This record gives sequence, structure tokens and C-alpha cells, in this order.
Amino acid sequence: MTIVYEKSKGLTDTPFHYCPGCTHGVIHKLVAESLVELGVLDDAIGVAPVGCSVLAYNYFNCDMQEAAHGRAPAVATGIKRVHPDKVVFSYQGDGDLASIGTAEVVHAAHRGEKITTIFVNNAIYGMTGGQMAPTTLVGQKTTTSPFGRDEAHCGKPIRISEMLATIDGAKFVERVTVDTPANIRKAKKAIKRAFECQLKGEGFAIVEVLSTCPTNWGFTPLKALDWLRDNMIPYYPIGNFRDFGEGK
Amino acid sequence: MAKGKVTFNDDACKGCELCVAVCPVKIIELNKEKINTKGYSPAQVTEQEKCIACGNCAIMCPDSVITVERL
Amino acid sequence: MSKVLMKGNEAVGAAAIKAGCKYFFGYPITPSSEVPEYISRKLPEAGGVFLQAESEIAAINMVYGAGGAGARVMTASSSPGISLKQEGITYIAGAEIPCVIVNMMRGGPGLGSIQPSQADYYQSTRGGGNGDYRTLCYAPASIQELVDYVMLAFDKADYYRNPVLIAADGMIGQIMEAVEFKEPEPIELPPKDWATTGTGGKRKPVVVNSLYLLAEECQAHNKRLEEKYKIIEENEVRYEAFGLEDAEVVCVAYGTTSRIVKSAMKQAKAKGIKVGMIRPITLWPYPYDVYKQIGPNAKGILGVEMSQGQLLDDIKIGIAGRLPVFFNGTQGGMVPTPGSILADIEKIAGGTK
Repeated sequence: MTIVYEKSKGLTDTPFHYCPGCTHGVIHKLVAESLVELGVLDDAIGVAPVGCSVLAYNYFNCDMQEAAHGRAPAVATGIKRVHPDKVVFSYQGDGDLASIGTAEVVHAAHRGEKITTIFVNNAIYGMTGGQMAPTTLVGQKTTTSPFGRDEAHCGKPIRISEMLATIDGAKFVERVTVDTPANIRKAKKAIKRAFECQLKGEGFAIVEVLSTCPTNWGFTPLKALDWLRDNMIPYYPIGNFRDFGEGK
Repeated sequence: MAKGKVTFNDDACKGCELCVAVCPVKIIELNKEKINTKGYSPAQVTEQEKCIACGNCAIMCPDSVITVERL
Repeated sequence: MSKVLMKGNEAVGAAAIKAGCKYFFGYPITPSSEVPEYISRKLPEAGGVFLQAESEIAAINMVYGAGGAGARVMTASSSPGISLKQEGITYIAGAEIPCVIVNMMRGGPGLGSIQPSQADYYQSTRGGGNGDYRTLCYAPASIQELVDYVMLAFDKADYYRNPVLIAADGMIGQIMEAVEFKEPEPIELPPKDWATTGTGGKRKPVVVNSLYLLAEECQAHNKRLEEKYKIIEENEVRYEAFGLEDAEVVCVAYGTTSRIVKSAMKQAKAKGIKVGMIRPITLWPYPYDVYKQIGPNAKGILGVEMSQGQLLDDIKIGIAGRLPVFFNGTQGGMVPTPGSILADIEKIAGGTK
């Protein structure tokens, strides 16, 4: 008997607190598996955000630091400059990265910091109860856009991958989704390559993962995946924007 | 003859049914007879002999509930 | 040991390097910009890393990361930039990360002015970040003290696993004085087994964190911090005091203001007035006990500060109602004159203030 799939050693025994069907769990697995398969789990130091995944420091089986909201890329910069031989990553949601922390991620990319950033985009603020995010779609109703996001009032959602791909120091930029096993396998390839970008000393790497928030979108986990497919993918195209310096 | 063996860590399951949807041979369903320590009805395989060991269920599961072995 | 003439901001850098600081993250702001400028040249020569951050906020978070990863690390800024760092400082205090933060104080509030001030006393001693935390805070009055206390700050930061603040008024950063870099006192420091250095497969993972979602755990953490702060209060008070037993007037001042006060005190002494001084060197923990030494001839205390009088609260706590407390100060970057201070000393001694 061979093992086809088992829980990754890159995760601790602590059960995830995430909602049923929340894709944070899937993305955590992909990061953990990538670190293990690349043989760098023991050299990994991760930075957890503020958001639903604030407790990520309890789930990844490596040294972790908890950062202030949005500051993870700066914290990761500090760690990587002290330990350039370690594998430093940040794991952030849309409030953390696309709102309060946009300066920090832009400048980490601009400096070509050799860190790997996992950006979980679910078009909403989960932990605080479903407020609008910079990534919330036009017309999408949230607790702070109760009539639907109005483009005239507060603009269209921000496309982080496209924006970061214009920065020279951002050597790997890819947007993926985790709505099907096939897409999850592709997402894992991208995440692994994003870590390889760091291991090869190329520069800043980011994987934007389109994700669901069943609870705050008001759907079952399965319907949430449908909503992601029907609404998010058309606006946030899946694909690679920068592959070790080669642009699209 | 089963190609694969699937085991579920019942108490880790949150009954989200993502695994149910992605199983290509449709042999997973929630066990409505059971309530785990979290209060959910955990997923289970009903016809183990049809399992093709594709691993889709385990890959999809956000909580690492499922272990898949190829026989 | 030979002395060298150095500008305050550059002496900060030299002292940090001598103390084994290997990482500096900062952002330019008048009147502290010469600190990152000097360090950007000298720290790489010493095998360290200088990185100019995109903001003071990013810089303090880089300090969090580097300090949390076990390094000796520093940042420097001036009042408005230190305001930006308040979030980072409370996170650093909560996560118990050692680091040194230098503030070259300038006029405020808001953008204020670029000239010297001491109007960050509240911010430095009460903390501008949320929650119950304290930062050991040194107020040097000369470049020599600046150098000595920057070096000591790194040891104290490591010893207590706490941020340490150097609250220097903006003059200290800009003036040049002769300094000598003494060999640091050998000190036994605990190993940094809490730092994120990568498990190497040899130990369990560590977490550097200030979040405790269970209130009972958060309280327990707060109790531990409280205990630590008590120990710092019992052991780290530093001050200069003289002439208290028979003083008619006691002056309280710190930083370069204290040197202006000393000039006024000399003139007062020449006029036959007995004046004593308390010069806090640690703003926190504060030398409250030394106020007990003030003798029965005292008629009043004169606090002098480049502010609206932020140092007065601690004076009043120290003297506990025994004497009236008066204030002489300047704001917005203006510097007090000995003449105006002398006039107030005379008024208090003559009972007319």
C-alpha cells in the first residue's frame, strides 16, 4: 500500500479554527506540503497576518512570528535580512495585503526582498464579520457596502498581481485558484515555484490565491466555489504574470 | 476490486461536503447517523470497493481529514 | 582611551556599532537623518546590514522581525516618526522583543517644527501605543551620555527582552562634543532560545507573538510583564542629584535643558541662593525616591522643559504635595535662556512666584 495523500508534516496537530469549507485550510496545506517537499521546513520562518489566519502561527510546523495588520512583508524583511539562508514567508489576506499593508508589500517587491508571500484573496474581510475589502467586486454586498460596492463611490476592486508584476523586483507573480482538485494541483505548483524563487535567490515572489468565504458571502461551501468561479475568475484572471523575471 | 483505501479522521471533519462534490465515483456522503465532537456529521465513504485512489477528496479537504492509500 | 569629536547623530551610530548592533532599519526625518546616513556608511563596513525602509512604520516592523529573529537591532527617528512607530512599539513590548529606538525630539504637535523639543515626555514614559507596557527610557544630557546609554541600551534590551528608548532632545543630535567609546561592562545575558532562527529539525518551533485570545492567558501574560517592569523599576533608575539637603529651590530638568539650568543655578548661587537639582537620566523608571532627600528649607520646585510642562506630573508624584511646583519652558523648538530660569529661581526663593 502506498500513501496517495496524508496530512502534511508541515502542519501541526492543532485543528484549524476556520469555517467549514473555508479554503484557508486548503492553502495552508499547499504551503506546508511545498516546504516539506522542497526539504526546507526546518529552515522556514513564517509571518502570520491579522485576519482569519491570525492563528496561522499555531498551524505551520515551523518558527512563526505574528505581525501587526499589513506589516508582514516588513517583518519578513527584518527576518530575512538577519537570516538570509532561511526560507521566510508571509501569509496574508486581502485586508492585510491589499488595504493597510499595500505599501509594505509594494516595497518588499520593489526591493526584491527574497521572501515568498501567499496572498489569500476572498473579496471580503472575514475575521471582522464580512466588511468590504479593496478586492470586493462591484455590486457585491458586504456589511460596509450594504447596497453593493458602488464604483462611483469607491472605485473598482484592486488587482494586486497585475500591479506587482510591473515592479522589477517582483520576480514571480502568479494568480491561482483552489476551487477544484485540478486547480489546487496547479496552485501548489505555483506556490512551490514561488518558494523556489526564494531558494534560487531571484527576488520577491507572490502567489495570489482566489479563495472563498462561505460564511460572509452567505453561501454553502460548495455554492461559494461556484460564486468564485462565476464572479471572481472573470475579474481576476488566473495565470502567471512574472516567472523569474520573464514577463507576460 | 478496490484500487484505494480511504480513512477519515471523523473528529476533524466539519461536514463541508467539498469532498462529496469532487469524488469522481460519487462514493462519499455525510454520515447523518453520526455527530462528531464538533457537532458535525462527518463525511464517509459508502462503497469503498469503488474507490480509484485518485486522492481528489483528500486534496480538496481543507482540514486534512482524509488519508488515501493505493492498494 | 582617546576622545574624538563627534556630532550626536553620528555618535549614535558609532555607539550602536560598538555595542554589536548589526541591523539598522530607519527612515530619514529632520533632525535625525544623520543617524541613518552615518550608519549606511559604517554599518556595512562592520559586517552589518543597513536598510532604508519605506516609512517609519515599515522600519519599526523590520525591527520587530529582526529582533524577533534574535538580532541586535536599532531604529532612529524624530517625534512625528516616533508617533508612527507607536503601534510597532506596543507589539514589540507585547512580544518581548529586544531593540533600541532613538528619538531626536523636535517641536510638535503634528508636523511641528524641526528644532529641539522635549514634548515627547508623555509619549516616551506613558507610551503612545495601546495596552499596559513600559519602555526603559534614557534621556542623555551630553554626547558622552548619549554614547554611554545607547551602548547600555542594547544590553538592557537583551537582558529584559524589552524595547529601550533613547529620548534625546534634538540638540543632542546636532551638537558636536568630545566623546570616548568605553569598553562595555561585561554582562551575562540569557540565550535567545525564544528567537525565530529556524528549527533546523533540532527543536520545536517557537512563536514570537503578542496575541492571547483567551483572556485568562492574556492576563497571565500581562502579569508576567508587570513583574518584569517592577524589576526594572527596582534596578534601573538613574539620575544626577545634588544640593537637595539645604536647597531653597530645587530645579528638575533633563537633557540639554539641564545644562542651561545648571548655568542659571551657577548665577543664582553667586547671588547667594541655595539651589539644588534633580536630573533624571531614566525618564522611566523615574527617580521618585530622590525627592525625599529635599530638605526643609525648600520653598518650591522648578521644572524646566522644552514643552508645555509634561515633566510636571512626575515631579508632583515625587514631591507628593510637600512643595509647590512651578514651570519654566519653551515650546515649538525654542530653547530656554539661563536668564529666564534665573528669574524664576529668584522669584521662588523670594517667595514671589
